[in-house]
Amino acid sequence: MAEFLQTVETSLAVGALYALIALGYTMVYGILKFINFAHSDIVVLGAWISLRIATEVLPKLGIDPRAAPWWAGGAVLLASMAACSIIGFVIERTCYKPLRRAPRLNVLITAIGVSLLLQNLGQLDLFFGTQPARMPSLLPNTPLVQWEFGTEGASRRLVIGLVDVVIFLTAGTLMVLLELLVYRSKLGAAMRAVSFNTETASLMGINVDRIVSLTFMIGSALAAAAGFLYAMKYPGLNQPAHTIWVLLGLKAFVAAVIGGIGNVRGAVIGGFVIAAVEQFGAFYISSNYRDFYVFVLLILMLLVRPTGLLGSTVKVKV
Amino acid sequence: MPSNAAHSPIVLREADALRPPRGHALLRGIGPLLIGVAIAAVMQWGVGPFVGTYVARILLDVGIAIILAVSLNIVNGLAGQFSLGHAGFSALGGYAAGSITYYGSLILWNSSVKHGGPFGAGEWLFVAACLTGGLVAAGAGFIVGLPALRLRGDYLAIATLGFGEIVRVMLQQTGDVIYSARALEQATVNDFFPPPLGGSLGFSGIPTYTSLFWVYLFCAVTIVVAQRLKFSAAGRAMVSIREDEIAAQAMGVNITKWKVRAFVISAFFAGVAGALFAHESGVIISPGDAGFQRSIEIVIMVVLGGKGSITGVLLAAAILSTLPEFLRDFAQYRMIIYALLLIGMMLLRPQGLFGNHEIWDYFKRRRKSSS
Repeated sequence: MAEFLQTVETSLAVGALYALIALGYTMVYGILKFINFAHSDIVVLGAWISLRIATEVLPKLGIDPRAAPWWAGGAVLLASMAACSIIGFVIERTCYKPLRRAPRLNVLITAIGVSLLLQNLGQLDLFFGTQPARMPSLLPNTPLVQWEFGTEGASRRLVIGLVDVVIFLTAGTLMVLLELLVYRSKLGAAMRAVSFNTETASLMGINVDRIVSLTFMIGSALAAAAGFLYAMKYPGLNQPAHTIWVLLGLKAFVAAVIGGIGNVRGAVIGGFVIAAVEQFGAFYISSNYRDFYVFVLLILMLLVRPTGLLGSTVKVKV
Repeated sequence: MPSNAAHSPIVLREADALRPPRGHALLRGIGPLLIGVAIAAVMQWGVGPFVGTYVARILLDVGIAIILAVSLNIVNGLAGQFSLGHAGFSALGGYAAGSITYYGSLILWNSSVKHGGPFGAGEWLFVAACLTGGLVAAGAGFIVGLPALRLRGDYLAIATLGFGEIVRVMLQQTGDVIYSARALEQATVNDFFPPPLGGSLGFSGIPTYTSLFWVYLFCAVTIVVAQRLKFSAAGRAMVSIREDEIAAQAMGVNITKWKVRAFVISAFFAGVAGALFAHESGVIISPGDAGFQRSIEIVIMVVLGGKGSITGVLLAAAILSTLPEFLRDFAQYRMIIYALLLIGMMLLRPQGLFGNHEIWDYFKRRRKSSS
């Protein structure tokens, strides 16, 4: 029972991270219909920028990152989100905008190019270097809840840490804000209109370029938030081009596909589903095959219902 | 057309007149292949000994990259199916071939090092292993292709990406390599589950057999097959799928059949390339070879060369696999330059170096415009 609840708890925290990243994939796909392979690198940027702010900017402001006040984490999060949304904007304007009418494969290749560029720029000593670094813990990971099950020691204990709760709440808040923006605001209506049919939307007086840029900025900000929260949970940050980041991005992407790519709510559901499959598989079957479960689920989903859980099928007209 | 039926015999006769003579068609396939064998021989004995091991090594990598890119071009450029799992097929072929030569050598000759001289017994075992590697990859292509090819566009790309990652994880979970002939004799059934292919450290100890001759011979075969396919009825069927699936279906093209065939042929050569790579000197194949990043490198070659252009892809494969060597002095900036080239290329020349044309099309056009 304790193991089960503990796995559920981890799944919720990790799932929130996946969902945040998946939202960026799904929003870009919804509007521009291409897989933004550079998105996982924005997550990396978010994590590393937060680390740099925490280790270099905070001390200059007279705040010790190891004993930071409670709002320091929030400030770092917001700064990193702002920085990444600007980067997302610049990338969209310089690399993707000129390709608006090009075949989608070309945009995809450009995205791969951008991804390679970000990874390798990040590896320069000027930016983050090739060595792993440790994120200072801005939050003390105090256990909020400790339940003992039985008397057999640590393995039968359920611990809910502060970091997991903060991850879940922060991600949850961002997702609710996004939900309100997309489904309850005029701007969101414009976004959905562009996603539904770009040309008609532009005929209706929607500035498509602005909506696309905005989508990239929101997606990048969410990715940065995910990067920050990831660094809170796993403080040993790998260098920007490490496979672990690529896998994180790929799994979040799988989450977006499973939820129904292009669908904002689907991405959130997909994120939690992927995390649950991964964590339960790792705990109850074998942790060696962690990535295997996710990709098998992907293939099964594509075979049974290629449009994902919440995706809608578009009839092809001849 | 009121009297269509009356005209049909004449039309048929005209079609017969247009069809090239049978012997000629045979020559078209065999001729270039003979040239290929000659090129391979020249590479091995004319170029190889004079350029030194470093350049020879680069030439090997170029040849293997050409096989990978030209074979991906069959499924990607010709049939228009976007696959991101090519490295997965290649790695499967490499592991299959490597296990045949490694364990085969242990059983036959009690040692895993290269056996016999040029065209000796060991070399033929290697060729058989390469072909088996290709067949294993082709089998995987069939198994993956049949269900996955119902998917269109991006979804197929995602599914093949997932396939490559699954291959990578599976290869990571294989057991330790059995190191000697004696250990192999004493091995119990348990030692073969999971198969002893080296796990995440990679499959080391595969004998070195890959030479310029074999690489460029397989290269020639791949290019001839791709070229003959492009201008055959089968190739036309594939191109029709690329251009418009619904229209192709309406014209009686069995979409799934041709997609799967393109996939299988392409996977076969990817497997052969993987086998050649596995037997290169100093190479230890590892699960990472199946991963998504390797697949992307091959896709980039195809896109830069121009989808559907065999010579373009050939050139792009050659350039992209030698470029890192030229940029070696700026190791830190190498990949940055590479990435910028890629983005710049997509922005400035989105159809690739040659688009859908071959190199000689440009000479022909120039001649026509000058006359």
